[in-house]
Amino acid sequence: MTFSPEMEARFEQFLNKYPPERRRSAMIPMLIYAQDEVGSITDELVAEVARRVGVTPLQVNEVVGFYSMLHRKPLGKYHVQICTNISCLLVGGVELWERACHKLGIGHKEVTANGLVSLEEVECMGACSWAPAVEVNYDFYHDVTPEQLDKLIDGLMAGKTPDEIDAVKRVSC
Amino acid sequence: MLYNQPHPLEVRLLTRRFGLPNSQSIDTYLATDGYKAFEKSLGMSPDEIINEVKASGLRGRGGAGFPTGLKWSFVPKQSSKPKYIMVNADESEPGTCKDRLLIEYDPHQLIEGILIAGLAVGAQQGYIYIRGEYRYLIGVMDKAIAEAYAHGYLGDNILGRGMRFHISTHSGAGAYECGEESALLESFEGKRGNPRIRPPFPAVAGAYASPTVLNNVETFCAVPPIILQGGAYFAGLGTPKNGGTRLFCLSGHVNKPGVYELPMGFNLMRMINEVGGGMRGGKKLKAVIPGGSSCPVLKAEECDLAMDYDTLAAAKSMLGSGGVVIMDEDTCMVKAALRIMRFYAHESCGWCIPCREGTTWLRKLLQRFHDGGGTRSDIVLIGDLSRNMLGRTFCPLGDAAALPTISIVEKWRDEFEAHLNGVPCPYEKTSRLVTA
Repeated sequence: MTFSPEMEARFEQFLNKYPPERRRSAMIPMLIYAQDEVGSITDELVAEVARRVGVTPLQVNEVVGFYSMLHRKPLGKYHVQICTNISCLLVGGVELWERACHKLGIGHKEVTANGLVSLEEVECMGACSWAPAVEVNYDFYHDVTPEQLDKLIDGLMAGKTPDEIDAVKRVSC
Repeated sequence: MLYNQPHPLEVRLLTRRFGLPNSQSIDTYLATDGYKAFEKSLGMSPDEIINEVKASGLRGRGGAGFPTGLKWSFVPKQSSKPKYIMVNADESEPGTCKDRLLIEYDPHQLIEGILIAGLAVGAQQGYIYIRGEYRYLIGVMDKAIAEAYAHGYLGDNILGRGMRFHISTHSGAGAYECGEESALLESFEGKRGNPRIRPPFPAVAGAYASPTVLNNVETFCAVPPIILQGGAYFAGLGTPKNGGTRLFCLSGHVNKPGVYELPMGFNLMRMINEVGGGMRGGKKLKAVIPGGSSCPVLKAEECDLAMDYDTLAAAKSMLGSGGVVIMDEDTCMVKAALRIMRFYAHESCGWCIPCREGTTWLRKLLQRFHDGGGTRSDIVLIGDLSRNMLGRTFCPLGDAAALPTISIVEKWRDEFEAHLNGVPCPYEKTSRLVTA
């Protein structure tokens, strides 16, 4: 399986972080970064990561099933994650979630027909004091209002990048 | 830019660099006493460092509140295996969002705390386990680590003093359970995040079955100021046996939610009314989760108390992780209990049957109750199921699910009764708040 030179460099870096006989520690970091490039955790990716860290594909598969951010099916280009846990619930997180579902006509872990946006109702992501919070891929949006959510989703569905949608307080990579 | 404005009542020790220009850069760090505590530690014996931390009264900021100096002293002095420092940056306790800021605004303080811990126990390698959702912080941390190497604070011959220490970041992939120390270690080793049976504790057999110091981000960040200004100074900021300051994350129905560094023992009502700017919309306070969703919930009339480990324990709750969730009079407590239980049912790793089955059935019961299908005997059943999880699991997740539920069903039984006989949730209209 081939990856971009950047991803290969990253794998190399990951594998060097741990004692040589402990390469298995690189498995989860490799999976979550490779997923961004491959699109999802495919059987091929599982086999490749297993080979590189020196375990069986079964040992990778049992790990994949445990972690909520590792996805077997492709997500949208923009994965919109809306928190409805207690702090967000108190200030409108559930309303944001329902609004997004209604607006896009999709539900939890579903993708729009054009493949641009997927939705996930997520558990606490550590933005409780700036709730309600939304994460698009790895970018945080804080104190999100229904109007800002509309603007964000409309923009993404129109093919704009998050940078081009200057609507919401954002903290990004 | 800071996420929220600082408050004059804050005592900014760990957060004193927040808001400085380029606060995350090593230049800013060095210009503000950065790495001076580490250089001082190089002239101290391991026992002297540990004794200073013990004298500070510092207790683990991740939730359990175990005395940090004591924890470090459990690491065997002689070990045929390498020793490790492990930072728990898997911040996932609902209501908690402080470690994020400590990394984002002052990553070198964390590196310095890790280095001092390394000197104290004789470790040469540290790892920072960062939750997958905090991808941008891995970039911040990696950059700071690279700066520390370039300035000779990390490497094989640190500051020419012959000390060897290396630090790497490690990404998680979404699992609350991995914030529990033994599950974190399993996850770090490339496995499912199931907890381990203890003993042995990580101090003896942690990462790769080697002696490991495992602490929360904030705990490590408190170490440089403790070494620099003395354990006694830090201890004096708080209350007896509850040294120092801590970061409180105010969320929910207050006017000024945010992360504030306050002395241990700060009064909860002052925290809400003064630091937090009072209740939103002039509403009345109903309930407070004092330290993350795993803590028993306090009624408004129980909230005139000092926020430290011992006072909260005496009030049959916990100081926990610093996540203070404030709920007003329009909050449906059945709904709050349901949402909290949905979380634990989702996050239970499934290893211990009382937790796996208990959280799932409690979620179903609470959902039925909130939907108006509950019976009087269900109220008793919710309490019974919760109490039967307590103490019957390998890790604290079972207790974490049971404790808030028991407190809510006991303290707000009237609200459960108001949901009986198919009556729709009496709060449904008003709990649907519109954001400001």
